Amino acid sequence: MSRSALTGTRIRERRLALKRPQTEIARAAGISAAYLNLIEYNRRRVGAELLARIALALGVPASALDEDSESGIVIALREAAAAHADSAPTPADPAGDPVVLPEADRIEEFVSRFPGWAASLAERQLRVGALERRVEALSERLTHDPFLSSALHEVLSVVTSIRSTAAILAEGDAIPADLQARFHRNIHDDSLRLSGVAGDLARYLDRAEEDAPLPVLPMDEAMAWIGRQGWHLPALEGSAAIRPEDLVEASDLHGPGRDLALGYARQAARDALQMPLEAFIAVARDEGQDPGRIAARADLPMAAVMRRLAALPEAPGLQPMGLAVCDGAGVLVFRKPLPGFALPRLGGACPLWPLYQALTEPGRPIRRVVEIAAREPRRFLTDAYCELRHPSGAEGPQLARAYMLFRPLVPGGSAAAVSPVPAGIACRICSRSPCEARREPSVLGAVAARGAAGAA
Amino acid sequence: MPRQILLIEDEANIAEAIRFVLMRDGWQVSTHGDGSDALERVRAIRPDVLVLDVMLPGRSGFEILSDLRADPEFWALPVLVLTARGQDRERDAALAAGATRFLPKPFGNAELVATLRMLDPGAPGRTAIDPGAA
Repeated sequence: MSRSALTGTRIRERRLALKRPQTEIARAAGISAAYLNLIEYNRRRVGAELLARIALALGVPASALDEDSESGIVIALREAAAAHADSAPTPADPAGDPVVLPEADRIEEFVSRFPGWAASLAERQLRVGALERRVEALSERLTHDPFLSSALHEVLSVVTSIRSTAAILAEGDAIPADLQARFHRNIHDDSLRLSGVAGDLARYLDRAEEDAPLPVLPMDEAMAWIGRQGWHLPALEGSAAIRPEDLVEASDLHGPGRDLALGYARQAARDALQMPLEAFIAVARDEGQDPGRIAARADLPMAAVMRRLAALPEAPGLQPMGLAVCDGAGVLVFRKPLPGFALPRLGGACPLWPLYQALTEPGRPIRRVVEIAAREPRRFLTDAYCELRHPSGAEGPQLARAYMLFRPLVPGGSAAAVSPVPAGIACRICSRSPCEARREPSVLGAVAARGAAGAA
Repeated sequence: MPRQILLIEDEANIAEAIRFVLMRDGWQVSTHGDGSDALERVRAIRPDVLVLDVMLPGRSGFEILSDLRADPEFWALPVLVLTARGQDRERDAALAAGATRFLPKPFGNAELVATLRMLDPGAPGRTAIDPGAA
């Protein structure tokens, strides 16, 4: 339960208790009614200065809106009351608000008179919140899990083949005997393939069931927000650029996810200042999006060029580029994936990525073609580089940060003839065998093996 | 002169079934299973209609379609995109890339034939379609 969520709920409660419309309080606090609405519904974080203005408009001390003064039970009951109001439509009140909270101003009285019931209700509310977060996490997993995506694709492909072939045979038209026999054989092969992938899916889901509930990680929140911006933050570009703090303030992020997004936005703002967009796009196009050549031509730090290349908007003549960044421990701290080149959310990535080779050779640009193992392997041109930083000067630790840009290999291009580095996404969902770098068994070896056999 | 379809689909059994169904309907059908040189096949065959799978080895159907639409000779070519993912975002991506129609897998043979008849004014069997049913 976040601070901002509790504060927003309390502001709303207080305003409704006073029967004052959002427009009036918003005007007094110097913000729009729409923005106040977002705050009240816990979709925007409210800073200390703004909280003070809202408190003044509501005629209460700011501390009265600060959740720190509340006990856990009261906080949970306020959330329950707010959730109830959200889900129970009531006629608009004379002040123009659509809902009235159920006796929210008597929560403290309720807690003191019926502590047992209050604790029980608060516990249920916390449980509901935890379950909602788990549903969100599982939903996100179903959407983005590379194994589930690959298996679903295979199931639908095989079902399409069986459905189409079976319909031909069932229609009863005269079909040459040899063709008829082949269609029968195809259905048989497809049915075996379908039973195989169904078994893989069942085993995978069994394992997933045994795993701990998936948390929504701060990194996921930050990456999802950046992804929703299209991996490019136009508000930070050019002479009309706004402050990164204002950009993130207007987002629905809070807590550590917000801090991570703010760190990214600040870095993006510095990069935008150092590498103005239009000029950089022109140079990137001239140099074939080669970070080494761009860095040399413009006398720019390699890592900054790589970040900027990954953050460019769509433009004619430019390929979209993915970016993976890891720290010295190999943990991914930034993930911009591309179709066919997913970046694992949890656990380690493939140790064969040039990203990790760069960690062992700081300061040396590394260009490799990588073939990602999948039912249909795909090749990518990668550029990797590791920079060393000393944020506390000579007395402090030396920190490494490695970058890997990647983009689909252009057929017929100069790099197309290069022997690729065989790699994958992560061991658990990689079928490559034998693999000297494997750290754990794969759960989908059978899927890829069947795909390879089918292609042969 | 039979109308020509180029089917780009890497699943051999699907390609074989679709080929049979379309040939039975009166189309001349060419098939191809690799995304990396699919554009060259389109330019060589110059089909009346292109049926394009999305998940292909080498290059995705979306990438192929984008390149095709950038070529003035093929900007108006009717293209039916087949995909194993029927979610809204896949459909939107197909249409954004320049697909004329979108057919999610699994589909029925009759659905495929009817869609192709709608795509091509010269399609075999098109006169049998009741215009009011569209």
